[in-house]
Amino acid sequence: MNMTTKSAADARHLEADVLVIGAGGAGMYAAIEAARRGAGRVLLLDRSLIGRGGATVMAQMTVAAAVGPDDHWEHHLADTLAAGRGLSDPKLAALLCEVGADCILEMDAWKVGWARSGDGFAAVQAPGHDRPRCVYVDFLSTGPAVSRALRAQVQRVGPAIRRIGEVAVTDLVVQDGAVTGAAALHVATGEALTIGAAATIVATGGLTRLYARNSASLNMSGDGYALALRAGAVLQDMEFVQFFPIGHLAPRLIGMDPIMWDPFRYKLGGRLLNGAMEDFLGRWGGDAENGRYSTTRDLATYAITKEAEAGRGSPSGGAWLSFTHVPEAELRGAFGPVIDRLAANGIDLTRDAVEVSPIAHYHMGGVRVDTAMRTNVPGLLAAGEAVGGANGANRLSGNAITEALAYGRIAGAEAARIAASGETPAFSPAAASEAVARLVASSRPMNTAGMVARLQRLMSRDVGPFRTAAGLARASQALGALRAEVGEAPPGAPGVAHDLARLDWFDLRQMIPVAEAVVQAATARTESRGAHQREDFPETDEAWRLNQLLELRGETTTLSRLPVAA
Amino acid sequence: MPIATLSIHRGGLGEAPRRDAFEIGFEPGESILDALRRLRVDRDPTLAFRYACLNANACKECMMLLDGKVVYACTARLEPREMRLDPLPNKALLRDLATVIAPPDERLAEGGSAREGLAREGLAREGLK
Ligand SMILES: Cc1cc2nc3c(=O)[nH]c(=O)nc-3n(C[C@H](O)[C@H](O)[C@H](O)COP(=O)(O)OP(=O)(O)OC[C@H]3O[C@@H](n4cnc5c(N)ncnc54)[C@H](O)[C@@H]3O)c2cc1C
Ligand code: FES
Repeated sequence: MNMTTKSAADARHLEADVLVIGAGGAGMYAAIEAARRGAGRVLLLDRSLIGRGGATVMAQMTVAAAVGPDDHWEHHLADTLAAGRGLSDPKLAALLCEVGADCILEMDAWKVGWARSGDGFAAVQAPGHDRPRCVYVDFLSTGPAVSRALRAQVQRVGPAIRRIGEVAVTDLVVQDGAVTGAAALHVATGEALTIGAAATIVATGGLTRLYARNSASLNMSGDGYALALRAGAVLQDMEFVQFFPIGHLAPRLIGMDPIMWDPFRYKLGGRLLNGAMEDFLGRWGGDAENGRYSTTRDLATYAITKEAEAGRGSPSGGAWLSFTHVPEAELRGAFGPVIDRLAANGIDLTRDAVEVSPIAHYHMGGVRVDTAMRTNVPGLLAAGEAVGGANGANRLSGNAITEALAYGRIAGAEAARIAASGETPAFSPAAASEAVARLVASSRPMNTAGMVARLQRLMSRDVGPFRTAAGLARASQALGALRAEVGEAPPGAPGVAHDLARLDWFDLRQMIPVAEAVVQAATARTESRGAHQREDFPETDEAWRLNQLLELRGETTTLSRLPVAA
Repeated sequence: MPIATLSIHRGGLGEAPRRDAFEIGFEPGESILDALRRLRVDRDPTLAFRYACLNANACKECMMLLDGKVVYACTARLEPREMRLDPLPNKALLRDLATVIAPPDERLAEGGSAREGLAREGLAREGLK
């Protein structure tokens, strides 16, 4: 390796009982719970600003939880399992539904501001749910409100939780098979940092940045999957990337997230039309919606893509979404201030349809955990979107925030227990020396931003919602070439403030193995199910009711299959 | 395609500031952030600026000066003229257009010995065992 060797003792070092990597919904809830369960030194890190860097703050829509008087978490569970197309882990899914409902009520006490209706919460019925179950904060403010309430609660906890932003974790530190902390790049100064912790929770969110068109933030490079994989943890269901069918495509819309049309669909129905302004969902197996939003995500993604491939798409290659039949008063009543923001973008919904198309949105797969959010590696836990299993092959809308909150809470409690038990070895700087050497290495300039863009293009072209053996093989080859180009040392030198070219290099080092994991699992699954559609194997095959597990053995990632847990 | 000329402040703390000008074509409706991200891919990957949410205007990280006024780069639109971009004046400079905007209690303390921070603040880990 072309690196200066420098001892890990030279890096700045922090010690914690519980280290939480990522300050989205899962990470913040985990920190709160760990402190509540007695952890005295909780360290909450984020590569961006605390509570602002990930998907949680961007979520504009709804949170599914059985909190209504006529609902029960078991009904929510039944819907979650049905949506998972036979691959959900029922125990993890049950925790999402049961603990998630508690978290929603606790968040209410933390003044998140759920919209009210009568004595209870207002709730909408999203596709795939058997009744209105999706609570929200008006107007399109669910995610910001959740983030704000959690961050305020983290602050209320006081000195037991230390929050530090602009710290990008690059490696977990492993000693005798256990995780004892992490190595990180302090983005603001460009310096190396090590952290020792009795328990470490990966709460880094998903992997949507692997795709050119995606709905989430810059920080969703799948870091947690790569970190966990390298530390010896198992990943599962990596082939199941959820594409959101009606991501905004045209005209250019700024100041709003690209999946903002979903709440419009909940409240107002809306019509999906092809380039000739005809209904087309029925042609691809959908039901006539008759103004009600009833088409699930995987089916809508399929229908829009196929209709465009057949040459009947909208001008920019998607579909039209139209609300022109909805009276203006009704539009205003449902979305008041949002209508003005749209007007600023030159969009008048009473007159104009907009173009939409599928966009990478969420990852069903992830780190394999038990019901306490423990991985198979002692000292390492995961929470939130970083976890795989609960949502199987397809996720219900509203389940992701619930998952983040519930799993964060469970992981935090377990991490506090581990920290008190003293069962993991104390951090040793020697174990971090390779990771630190990489952080302080220097090398030639590289256009790492261009390399990220190339990775995104190749993943979008060949590893999107529709896959073929030939396309996946091409992606695999291209990723191999990119891996070689990235090499062993980051461009530039350490100690440069906010060095994005260098940060992109560390990101590529996570994105490439994660992309390869998606490709490997997608290649092996020779059937179509939920979010994984193989054009060369279009049928769902009962024999494939299996979860695929990935782990690193030496330099190679090996794939195995396991019947879905009962 | 209309063309904007972005005149961008370059350099870090303690360096002599300079300006780079980039001409960039754009689709009407695109933002300053769209252009900055494209510049990194096509022209200069070392250009430093802050953003997380791309264009949802949720992270509030992308604040900078456009022609002397504070804007969000992700909501300010490109125009076919010279547009001057500078870092926020009232925040410590990191580099180029990036400044220190995290609240003080959410930053890594400056300097500090090799084993600082939490070890001082909390229970020593051994004490828990
Ligand atoms: C636009 C949008 C809208 C959505 N709307 C909804 C909705 O209405 N309802 C719903 O249920 N779900 C929705 N989702 C999905 C949901 O928001 C996410 O699945 C959920 O918020 C994930 O929470 P999390 O805490 O696991 O991860 P995140 O909130 O993504 O947080 C992860 C954090 O980890 C940080 N991080 C990543 N890597 C590192 C590293 N190496 N070192 C340090 N920090 C790191 C990131 O900066 C980030 O802050 C939406 C997603 C998007 C993108
Ligand atoms: S990039 Fe997030 S607010 Fe501008």
